[in-house]
Order: sequence, then C-alpha cells, then structure tokens
Amino acid sequence: MLTEILFYAFAAVLIGAAIGVITSRNPVHSVLFLVLCFFNSAVLWLLIEAEFLAIVLVLVYVGAVMVLFLFVVMMLDINIEKLREGFVRNAPLGVLIALIVVIELYYVLWVKRLGVDVTGGVAPLPEGYSNTQAVGAVLYTEYVYPFQLAAVVLLIAIVAAISLTMRKRPGLKTQDVAAQVAVRREDRVRLVKVAPEEEK
Amino acid sequence: MLENYLPTLIFLLVAGAFGVVLLVLGWLLGPRRPTAEKASAYECGFEAFEDTRMKFDVRYYLVAILFIIFDLEIAFLFPWAVSLDVIGGFGLLSMAMFLAVLVVGFIYEWKKGALEWD
Repeated sequence: MLTEILFYAFAAVLIGAAIGVITSRNPVHSVLFLVLCFFNSAVLWLLIEAEFLAIVLVLVYVGAVMVLFLFVVMMLDINIEKLREGFVRNAPLGVLIALIVVIELYYVLWVKRLGVDVTGGVAPLPEGYSNTQAVGAVLYTEYVYPFQLAAVVLLIAIVAAISLTMRKRPGLKTQDVAAQVAVRREDRVRLVKVAPEEEK
Repeated sequence: MLENYLPTLIFLLVAGAFGVVLLVLGWLLGPRRPTAEKASAYECGFEAFEDTRMKFDVRYYLVAILFIIFDLEIAFLFPWAVSLDVIGGFGLLSMAMFLAVLVVGFIYEWKKGALEWD
C-alpha cells in the first residue's frame, strides 16, 4: 500500500519536473529539472527492486551526463531571445515530431505492451533476490556480444572526443620538468672576467 | 528489500520539509522594502560589465566526456564483481576483453596528451 502511494507521489513529481524541463525559459533551469526527473526515475526503479539500475541511473545520468549537459548549456554562448524567434515558423515541425512520439508511445504501451502485462503490477520477487547479481549473470555471458560492442562504442567516444577537441596552440608557455631537472650549471651561469677599474 | 530504504525516505522527507519551512519562514517574517538600488545587479560593487553567457575553454568538455566514459566502465564492473562466481571463467574472459579495449583508449588519450592541462 505504502509502495503504491510512494509510486504515485514520485511519478507525479517526475511528470511535474518533465513539464518543467520543456516549459522553463532558462536552459539551466531545464537541465536542473531534468536532474530531478532522473532522481525520481531512480526511485521508481528502486520501487520495483531494480537496485542496480537505480544506482546506475543516479551515478551515470545525474553524476556524469547531466554535469556534461550543464557544462554545454553554460558554455554555449546562447542568446535566449534569438532562440525564441522562429517559434511560429518551426511550430509545424515540432507538432509533427510530437505526434510521431505520441503514436510510438501508444504503440509500445497499449498495442504491443512489450509482452508484459503492465496492468497487473510486478510479480513478487523471491527471497534473497539480488538485482545486481541477476543483471551480472546474463550480461557477461548471454549478452557478451552487446557488452563487447559497448566497449568499442566507448573507445570510439574517447577517440572522437580527443580528435574533435584536442588542439595544440602555438606560443603556449609550458613547464617541462625533465628539461628543468636536466639543466646544467654551464647552461645558465656564465662567469665573465671584468677588469677592475683603476683607482686614481 | 524496500524496508531497508525507509531511513532514506524519512531523511528525504525531513530534508525537504526543512528546506521548505526555512524558505517559508524567511518569506513570511523577513521585512521587504526593495528600492531601485537594492534590486539592481550587484557585482563586487561595480555595475555588471558584460553578459554572463560566455565561451569557456573546450577542454572542460574533453575532461568531462573522458570522465563519463570511465565512469561507465566502472558501472559495468559492479554487477560483474557481484556475479563472478556464477559466470565463471567465461565472464572473467569477457570482462578482460572489455577492459582491454578500454585500455587501448586509455593509452591513446595518455599518449595524445589529453590528460595534460598545459
């Protein structure tokens, strides 16, 4: 009973935050609303005893992806007034995309149901069930091919990020510790014999 | 399992209530007599010089994205460590392959100097 109340409470906050994402005028506020969304989704995962997924959602999405989103939003030199122009011009495209998403959601949730009876609630899990172990038991054996693909995707992300953003700028004054250590006295100090001035 | 999270829920409620109560008390009890000077933007005693929106160095982005990649790698390690006695040698080998691919990426970024902030 308490679980149901909690589910509806957190789901309500989730929907409210999701509305906040698309209606707030400041993009930074949108991102912060999205953080709230992710936290609430994590609680929903927790309520169906998917502990590992809940923690990963917080760890990866809130901890990393949202920080990156905030970075990008804050870094981009966006003039918000300029972005608002062209709202009417782009509105048909937006409506079209919204319609496609709604149809897809309808198809997934009501027509296909993904093979799951969504109205019946979750089947009670056996005593001592560990979601983390259940994920691990299939991820590295049965789904080994997607798992290795994930490694390759991450590798591509590393290479792409470096090749897109790394650049050497000329004329940068940097410290070379090895060169500093290897320097000799002869390279730095030069003794010059100066004839002393004669006292008259 | 869920009852283990009851303290977290109570903590969440108390924290939320505490924040709301403090804000509401401040809003109710605090005097508000705004003047034009009080409501103006304040930046170390000067008028604001320019807009806050500005471009940052793109290397912050590089650091963040490299962090995310290895964060994901760590996330993959947790269920593996928990279920290692179930998945056996094949699981060990599969994770070894996964890590080997990412070590290639790590060597690449190290050699490329992406970890240095000059």
